[in-house]
Amino acid sequence: MTARLTIKQLRTLHVGPLDLQLAAGECVVIAGPSGAGKTLLLRAIADLDAHDGELLLDGESCAAMKAHQWRQRVALLPAESQWWGERIGLHFEDYDAKLLEMLGFGPEVMGWEVAHCSTGERQRLALLRLLQNGPSVLLLDEPTASLDAANVARVEAVIERLRGERGVAVLWVSHDTAQAERIASRRLQMAAGRLQEAG
Amino acid sequence: MGAIALSAWDLALASTLVLLLAFISWRMRFGIGRQLLISALRTTLQLLLIGVILKVLFDNATLLWVALLATLMLLIAGREVMARQERRFAGWWGYGAGTLSMFVSSFAVTLLALAVLIQPDPWYLPQYAIPLLGMLLGNTMNGISLGLDRLTGSAWQQRQIIEARLMLGQSAAQAITDIRRESIRVGLVPIVNAMAAAGVISLPGMMTGQILAGAPPLEAVKYQILIMFLIAAGTGFGTLGAVWLGARRLFDERERLRLDRLK
Repeated sequence: MTARLTIKQLRTLHVGPLDLQLAAGECVVIAGPSGAGKTLLLRAIADLDAHDGELLLDGESCAAMKAHQWRQRVALLPAESQWWGERIGLHFEDYDAKLLEMLGFGPEVMGWEVAHCSTGERQRLALLRLLQNGPSVLLLDEPTASLDAANVARVEAVIERLRGERGVAVLWVSHDTAQAERIASRRLQMAAGRLQEAG
Repeated sequence: MGAIALSAWDLALASTLVLLLAFISWRMRFGIGRQLLISALRTTLQLLLIGVILKVLFDNATLLWVALLATLMLLIAGREVMARQERRFAGWWGYGAGTLSMFVSSFAVTLLALAVLIQPDPWYLPQYAIPLLGMLLGNTMNGISLGLDRLTGSAWQQRQIIEARLMLGQSAAQAITDIRRESIRVGLVPIVNAMAAAGVISLPGMMTGQILAGAPPLEAVKYQILIMFLIAAGTGFGTLGAVWLGARRLFDERERLRLDRLK
């Protein structure tokens, strides 16, 4: 098994040192109490915070790559989505029509005003926006926290499809045990900045 | 021919207007009376001091003394740029980014004006060099402090948006581009407005001074137009430089937003 994402001796403020490997198409779910460092871990992997240790994508080192290129391929979806343009379409250059449909939208959504979208709509659209770059690794920070059951299923289906079709590796922070059972290839528990196998 | 000389009595009379204003402010509790008096006093002392310095400088017009005064003016302007920013860069950068940009743009423009356009003899003749540099520094200082203040203030307020754009794989330059554009615009607004209003709504100070001193109006106007262009260029390039430097400093080599570099 060749690793898609390799994390060696990663250490950032309050987190690590920790090692982790994600295979292509694998989905690792991380649970753990607030303040355990889950968000900080994802930020460090996206190279948004200073860190020690080594990050490799398909064997290519993060340090050898321009930071924004790394983030296009190792994409972080934050818990709260941010929008700067007035309309949804201003944040998209291109989108996958099939995935848009799977997320429960039609093409008319591009004309919608951001201010009139619900938190849940914005969260699902933020995922689609992130997928424009065609990432190889997705770092998802509670991506379904503000969604109802039907939309949780939609997001899970989209991620499932990306894993199967494109071999996208997923690191998914979730507190929902039932969800973890549905989607996880492996489950980890985070506490005080360290990862361990969930029992 | 010269202007009509003012007596101490004339100034004293004008100062009673300020005193009256301060008195009313005190009685009505506007809370600005004290500051009004202090700044009126500062105006008097600072201008008297520069008057004495200029008189000495005009009598000893050597390049060394002109350069010394110019440096002093630059350093004070740099301090002022720093003081006017709510969230300035920590450490050396807080002073350096603004002062360096101000130095490059206003000294370059002043040198150009002296050596190529006005051509006094010698080129550093303080009667020309110092007022010219003063006007440039004063305006460049405004543009740069407005631009930098907007840059750092907006970056602070919109940090989540900037980081969201970074997470989407945008480069640091792309992530800050809207804020950078807005900051440059804000820095340039005063000089753009001043040029648009010149002669119609306001008579610029230098031109008024020359006319009071007996210069023919059209000669004064030519000087004023020259100065306006020089100020626009100095302010514009200075603001561009300062905002560019500042926008780079907001990110590190891994394109991370580094607000910890602000105070």
